[in-house]
Amino acid sequence: MRIGIVCPYAWDVPGGVQFHIRDLAEHLIRLGHEVSVLAPADDETPLPPYVVSAGRAVPVPYNGSVARLNFGFLSAARVRRWLQNGAFDVIHIHEPASPSLGLLSCWAAQGPIVATFHTSNPRSRAMIAAYPILQPALEKISARIAVSEYARRTLVEHLGGDAVVIPNGVDVDFFAGAEPKPEWQGRTIGFIGRIDEPRKGLPVLMKALPKILAEVPDARLLVAGRGDEEEAVAALPAGLRSRVEFLGMVTDEDKARLLRSVDLYVAPNTGGESFGIILVEAMSAGAPVLASDLDAFAQVLDQGEAGELFANENADALATAAVDLLDNPKRLTELRERGSKHVRRFDWATVGSDILAVYETVTAGAASVATDERVGQRARRWLARD
Amino acid sequence: MTTFIWIAAAIILVGVYLSWTAGRLDRLHTRIDAARAALDAQLLRRASVAQEVGTSGVLDPAASIVLYQAAHEARQAEEDHREVAESELSQALRAIFAEEAQLEAVREAPGGEQTVAELTAAVRRVPMARRFHNDSVRAARAVRRHRLVRYLRLAGHAPFPLAFEMDDEPPAILDDRSAGN
Repeated sequence: MRIGIVCPYAWDVPGGVQFHIRDLAEHLIRLGHEVSVLAPADDETPLPPYVVSAGRAVPVPYNGSVARLNFGFLSAARVRRWLQNGAFDVIHIHEPASPSLGLLSCWAAQGPIVATFHTSNPRSRAMIAAYPILQPALEKISARIAVSEYARRTLVEHLGGDAVVIPNGVDVDFFAGAEPKPEWQGRTIGFIGRIDEPRKGLPVLMKALPKILAEVPDARLLVAGRGDEEEAVAALPAGLRSRVEFLGMVTDEDKARLLRSVDLYVAPNTGGESFGIILVEAMSAGAPVLASDLDAFAQVLDQGEAGELFANENADALATAAVDLLDNPKRLTELRERGSKHVRRFDWATVGSDILAVYETVTAGAASVATDERVGQRARRWLARD
Repeated sequence: MTTFIWIAAAIILVGVYLSWTAGRLDRLHTRIDAARAALDAQLLRRASVAQEVGTSGVLDPAASIVLYQAAHEARQAEEDHREVAESELSQALRAIFAEEAQLEAVREAPGGEQTVAELTAAVRRVPMARRFHNDSVRAARAVRRHRLVRYLRLAGHAPFPLAFEMDDEPPAILDDRSAGN
């Protein structure tokens, strides 16, 4: 099958959506499909052979933060050229509602289009205002995928219609087979995520730490991620700071080894999560998981069956749950086993075959993807007139 | 003279908008047709595998008859009875494969692994295809409800699209992804 995948965010900036697309593309290529990924990238960025650059993304303020987006004539022309050269059986657009490559390709293409909605943003004003512009583009999508039941609910609320739920994939065996590192073992608690991003929840964990250390004095907290380390421990009593170890940015290999080593992985995120890939990675590595009870997390953890949940933003609840777990090796072993079994549904083997089933369903009754000439002619006429 | 130009410009703009909307509707109808064809293909595939299992003799006689009957009805149903017949096939499949032993019996028969794989794919793809179909129906309806589209009959002779409503819940053991399949 000839598959075109559209990535909305800059290829050289690390992010969940980009990693998902990279892994999906590589998985499909391994299965013998022809895959081309269209992604924003600087022209001098080295790209894997299956990625086509759609030009540089421009930083603009959008939806409360500075997003790097692609728009304008140059990007639109590159999208059209990519569609024409690719002659795809199906194109898979990620984040079709973001004002970037996703929306441009939706506008320019016709034929079997699959779209994955990753975020579950609360309804924004811009979305309501842009609804008449979005709708004609979004109604071309033959199949919608949401990454979680939670993402599906928000999608249905905001745009109507329906979607199938296919979770993000993880290479389970990569994490399961990583070698634990002895210096990261022995009563360790793991945290991975941006230190200076409050939504990742490190402040909640820092607040809970004195209580955890009071009950389990030999516990250590290992923090992997970017950000200001001084500021992160500022709220902690000076005597306890030595119990926190910062590892900075870690490679994928070290991330897997860290997750394999820790006694407990804590995900205290306070919001803004539509999936929770890190929980899946932790479970793949056999780490018992303690996470805040966000909708998305509860779903990934099978409503608390595959990992423990605590009340969101409640440091006391986090401390109590962590102490109970660290003092109960039997429960930790049980969580390890349940997590390892539960996580198989997120393996690329399962997720990839579900995504392929979607591709096959939408291509079954349809012609291949082509550029939507009506749009082009109209745009050209429009330009000629001005 | 200027008034004339303004009127002409307005007429052209309205014309462009109408032709664009008609094109949009046309595309939506094409999408529904494709989605319906895909749904039909998946339903037929499911009924065929079910009928194969029903006639193979690997299940007990009562289960075989129930499954064969349901699959036969689903394949032969008239258009207006289709949703009911397909729902009944879903119910029959759920009832029969409520016990793991039935699935094991199919697996152990020669070529059984492949039949189970086909059945699994079929029962998972029916809900998928149905969701895509109904989503396309909703999108077309949203446009067709516009007053302008109704009064000017921009949809032409295309019938008002109807959703396909059925019980498509797969048997739990065939939908279990934790085994990694």
